[in-house]
Amino acid sequence: MKPGSLPAACAALMRRDLTLVWRRRGDALNPILFALIVVALFPLGVGPEPEQLRRMSAGVIFVAILLAGLLALDTLFRSDYEDGSLEQLVLSRHPLSLLLGCRIAVHWLTTALPLIIVAPLLGELLHLADAVRWVMVCALLLSTPLLSLLGAVCVALTVGMHRSGMLLALLVLPLYVPVLIFGAGACNAAQMGLPYAAPLLWLGAALVMALVVAPLACAAALRISLS
Amino acid sequence: MNALTLWFHKTGSPPTFYRIAGALAPWCFGLGLLLGLAALYGGLLLAPRDYQQGDAYRIIFIHVPCAWMSLFAYFFMAANAFIALVWRIKLSEILAMASAPIGAAFTFITLVTGSLWGKPMWGTWWTWDARLTSELVLLFIYLGILGLYNAIEDRRQAARAAAFLALVGVVNLPIVHFSVNWWNTLHQGQTVRLMGPSKMDGAMLWPLLLMALATHLWFFGSLLARTRVGLLELDGGKEWVRSIALAEGARGNG
Repeated sequence: MKPGSLPAACAALMRRDLTLVWRRRGDALNPILFALIVVALFPLGVGPEPEQLRRMSAGVIFVAILLAGLLALDTLFRSDYEDGSLEQLVLSRHPLSLLLGCRIAVHWLTTALPLIIVAPLLGELLHLADAVRWVMVCALLLSTPLLSLLGAVCVALTVGMHRSGMLLALLVLPLYVPVLIFGAGACNAAQMGLPYAAPLLWLGAALVMALVVAPLACAAALRISLS
Repeated sequence: MNALTLWFHKTGSPPTFYRIAGALAPWCFGLGLLLGLAALYGGLLLAPRDYQQGDAYRIIFIHVPCAWMSLFAYFFMAANAFIALVWRIKLSEILAMASAPIGAAFTFITLVTGSLWGKPMWGTWWTWDARLTSELVLLFIYLGILGLYNAIEDRRQAARAAAFLALVGVVNLPIVHFSVNWWNTLHQGQTVRLMGPSKMDGAMLWPLLLMALATHLWFFGSLLARTRVGLLELDGGKEWVRSIALAEGARGNG
């Protein structure tokens, strides 16, 4: 790769982001702990009957992972905004949307992928049916990148704000609703022994579209909030 | 510059639009109120009872026009948001942000009247039906736009960010509109059609359409009034606002 070329810039950005995460690898565990605690609250709240827990397990895990992702969104641009490197990114001569796409990909790898890996374990906590386990992992693999991409657009809009946490939730959660409906819908269909391909295909289609559109939208939103 | 562009720029300039809006808004409010009262009279007194629902169906004369307006206001806001982002027209930013609270109010009325009707008819205040859920999401999107707009200090930057969010939220509009066709759940399908005959008796249809017209007029009246305030706030330091403020002050003292 020629130094200064676009692939080199993307690779350098990804290497930098991964290094930053690795230097503070303790923080990377926080979303997992959060999801674990949220899931553990449900049996305490609704009672420990295995049948009842099994019925709601997929939905609860989806919501827990969605909320963990929401809390992790704040870190996407926060430190870069504070030390000014985000502005350098915007000023770079490479397409901003592609650079942001790399940034979102790294963010997904470091926050969402660990959550997906522990998802079967969370399922065991709530007596998730065996037939649903891998459907749930598939649904999560399709929907968490979608959540990251949608979330990145909203984070880009709130990037310069102090205490943007609640506002970010208000912006992001309505957009997350369809993803949750299809993702949890696939799991529930599998649980009842119904065909579950359709919601997964919808998620896949939405993911492909978001992969194309969301980085562009994220770049536009970032330019608005940094202007 | 040709005549049309000139007219466009003139109308879009804050002082001119302030004046035009001030002249139009009372007409919109007055006509809207008049037509709304006529539609209420037609709907509540003249229209026949429903053979199945009795008098309870009469809430549609409020519910359905408000539901249409909740979508129309969003569409209007998104169109202005697009104009504001692409051509950086100040007036469009204000128009888009002025329609957000009105649209949110219409959405809220739709949800409230719907659940008032749902209690005797469906036996529940709320059900997680596709139409109801997507309308609720619409309300949340409106509130998110308002929240974002109020959270950013710089007014023009706030308007641009909120306008961008409004454009992102457009994906919800077709979901609300087609939800009764895509998911066959509790909420009834489309009865009044733009194309082809409606599945509704004329005696019930005309008050409904009249009310729809009245809510549109009221929307525009409210929009113009809000836009005037927005223009005054945004151009607070300009000469034309100063002269208006001085004139108002002189009238208040004299």
